[in-house]
Amino acid sequence: MTIFGIPIFPDQASTFARDVDMLYFFILAVTSFFALAVAVSVIYFGLRYHRTHEGEIGARIEGSLPLELLWSVIPTIIAMFMFGWGATVYYHLRRPPDEAMQIYAVGKQWMWKFQHPEGQREINELHIPVGRPIKITISSEDVLHSLYFPAFRTKMDAIPGRYTELWFEADTPGSYHIFCSEYCGTNHSGMIGTVTVMEAAEYQAWLQGGGEGGTLSQRGARLFENLACNSCHLESGRGRGPSLKDIVGSTVDLEGGSSVTVDDAYLRESILNSQAKIVKGFTPLMPTFQGLISEENLVALIEHVKSLSPAQKGQEEIVKK
Amino acid sequence: MLDTLKIPQRHYLNAGHSLKSWLLTKDHKRIAIMYLLSISVMFFLGGLFAVGVRLELATPQGDFVSADTYNKFFTMHGVIMVFFFLIPSIPAVLGNFLIPPMIGAKDLAFPRINLLSLYIYWLGGLFTLAAMVMGGVDTGWTFYTPYSASASNTHIIPTALGIFIAGFSSILTGLNCVVTIHRMRAPGMTWFRLPLFVWAHYATSLVQVLGTPVIAITIVMLFVERAFGFGIFDAARGGDPVLFQHLFWFYSHPAVYIMILPALGVQSELISAFSRKRIFGYSFVAFSSLAIAVFGFIVWAHHMFVAGISTYAAMVFSFLSFSVAIPSAVKMFNWSATLYKGAVSFDTPMLYAYGFMGLFAIGGLTGLFLATLGVDVHMHDTYFVVAHFHYIMVGGAIMGYLGGLHYWWPKITGRMYSEFFSRVSAITVFVGFNVTFFPQLVVGYLGMPRRYHAYPDEMQVLNVMSSAGATVLALGYVLPVIYFLWSLNYGPVAGPNPWGASGLEWQMQSPPLPENFTEVPEVTHEPYEYEHIVAKETHLV
Repeated sequence: MTIFGIPIFPDQASTFARDVDMLYFFILAVTSFFALAVAVSVIYFGLRYHRTHEGEIGARIEGSLPLELLWSVIPTIIAMFMFGWGATVYYHLRRPPDEAMQIYAVGKQWMWKFQHPEGQREINELHIPVGRPIKITISSEDVLHSLYFPAFRTKMDAIPGRYTELWFEADTPGSYHIFCSEYCGTNHSGMIGTVTVMEAAEYQAWLQGGGEGGTLSQRGARLFENLACNSCHLESGRGRGPSLKDIVGSTVDLEGGSSVTVDDAYLRESILNSQAKIVKGFTPLMPTFQGLISEENLVALIEHVKSLSPAQKGQEEIVKK
Repeated sequence: MLDTLKIPQRHYLNAGHSLKSWLLTKDHKRIAIMYLLSISVMFFLGGLFAVGVRLELATPQGDFVSADTYNKFFTMHGVIMVFFFLIPSIPAVLGNFLIPPMIGAKDLAFPRINLLSLYIYWLGGLFTLAAMVMGGVDTGWTFYTPYSASASNTHIIPTALGIFIAGFSSILTGLNCVVTIHRMRAPGMTWFRLPLFVWAHYATSLVQVLGTPVIAITIVMLFVERAFGFGIFDAARGGDPVLFQHLFWFYSHPAVYIMILPALGVQSELISAFSRKRIFGYSFVAFSSLAIAVFGFIVWAHHMFVAGISTYAAMVFSFLSFSVAIPSAVKMFNWSATLYKGAVSFDTPMLYAYGFMGLFAIGGLTGLFLATLGVDVHMHDTYFVVAHFHYIMVGGAIMGYLGGLHYWWPKITGRMYSEFFSRVSAITVFVGFNVTFFPQLVVGYLGMPRRYHAYPDEMQVLNVMSSAGATVLALGYVLPVIYFLWSLNYGPVAGPNPWGASGLEWQMQSPPLPENFTEVPEVTHEPYEYEHIVAKETHLV
């Protein structure tokens, strides 16, 4: 939206954009009302009760309990309504649907690297299909970054040492900004890019175009061999390490009596800091890979481990029902 | 009658003329003057960096200075303005000068500690300025790890050390204020006869004393991380980079209230004095200061809604952040109601007070957008946030500071400044401020991230508006320097109470005696009792 050719409102290109903007306009209306009410009353009182002669003093008014209650309670109610609405939108923003398409993003000084499960890798560009929920799992190779899609009204920090995620469903084809919104050093403002939202068929055609080196999980499978993961993590379970077949989403018992549900964060920790949690019945033999594997390869490896749990998606749906 | 007014023979300014009589003084008023000079230097230095920032952003390409220089500009702007101007501004200058006379005391409880706090402030400032001369810092005033701990190769340690040291100055000022208010009140000056300026400072001091040690600890952690390679914030060694943000904001959010609460106190004094009327709902205004100070400690994670904290933690902090809005709203409504049936005059301080209400209202109300989780995800770390906190910390705190300075200037110096030019300055600041920062609210919702050296072309018009407004704003800030300096020699003599205001400080001569009062005043009535003043026909010009 523009006024006199000046853009004053960002593109709306995701389902969230509409939810967030509606909430934004609601708050804008409420706050404008209060701002105007205060402005009008102070200006009116200032003119109406303007001092007419030196030595004039104001009327003796101590205050009013009913008024104090009124202007405490009404704003409280309005604020709670805003809180509730905002929390609802946020909750939705933070829950990716199970069928969401997975993309991985790695932030590093000063670029965004994206990896598609089909194997495409992009830098500072992201191609996605319209009308499909997309979940982006984010990590950082160095300092904090924040992956920001203003047209989708969402962002999430990239934090070294862990995964964060965001999701959205783009609903309007086109090209939109990608920004880094968490200050990250010299070229922070150069850590920008373009997200291209494409029709499904166009996206399929785009997917055919690139992806040298196979899919993400195929790359992960090669890493699994190169890093010799396969010499211990035998599928049979008789290796020195536990079998990784069908573990994603399951609960694993650990030495020391606790247990853990296998997810991205757990897999990440087990690769980088393998001594942190030891599966019950195994000895802590695995080397730590901290500093030995890049964020991008880590993602490929995790994608490979996930591919060893083909039933995973189906199970989740059964559990839901 | 003005012709008969004379500057008194003996006052705190002529109690000694040597440099030593200033540097070794224990008089809270002289210390306040030295603070005033020091923070003014810092303000214009911090302002220079802002000029650099706005010049760079006049064009979308990063073409005025290099990216590294730009990053240092906004960092030094923030560090100087927050830690060396805003935090000491009202408490160390106006609070220092006025709290003893307002409660009928001869000085603060610990005059030597008061002087010590000034020297500590200077030492801290020296470290930070030295770091600036050595080449500066580029982390942003927030010093987020791991960038500050390992990635940046700028002068973080001396800068952070300067902030660490200046923190003790803030703690001592707060401590002095709390003890003074508890122990030094004149006979009859009960808690509910305290001016609201004093209540606001009491609340501020609690935050200074309780909050500042946390930033000290955080800086020590950052120091050992950076200097000795500890792994507290290093994920690769089991540390947590986000922990820094929790610690940093545990102080730095309450620090916002150190900056704004005293301005709210000034505001209450101005509104009451220039409508010659007691403040509407005195106890609600007094307790809302305390409520803001207390709630201020439990909202820090609203700076971290997209920093990977849990969804439910985010909801709790959103809820608490809304709760801090209520006491602020209560204050606004009470000030408005005070004007009702008042005897309102628009002298310069009142123009500042009106400007304050406009800017603080926008600052507070834009805070509601940011407290709302669903909207904050989009707005976080954009120019909307930059504009929001400038509305509070510049629109609010500096308008309050300037309003207060104009109000008490005749008390401090004994002379009046130019009414015409001061009104021009008040209006210039208000207009310039809005032209500078309102477009930033808009460009923020468009998605322009903060701390950007270059930005997309379509955002240029709004940025040019902002830079143009900043020029006007700068003019509005320079003007008072000129007419205040002019007034020192040429200003008309003000007399003890040029505004016909209530409050014990107006019963002193202007400029006050070194000991403030010749005899300890006895307080027999509530603050802002204008009927009482008229009845006694005291000092009304």
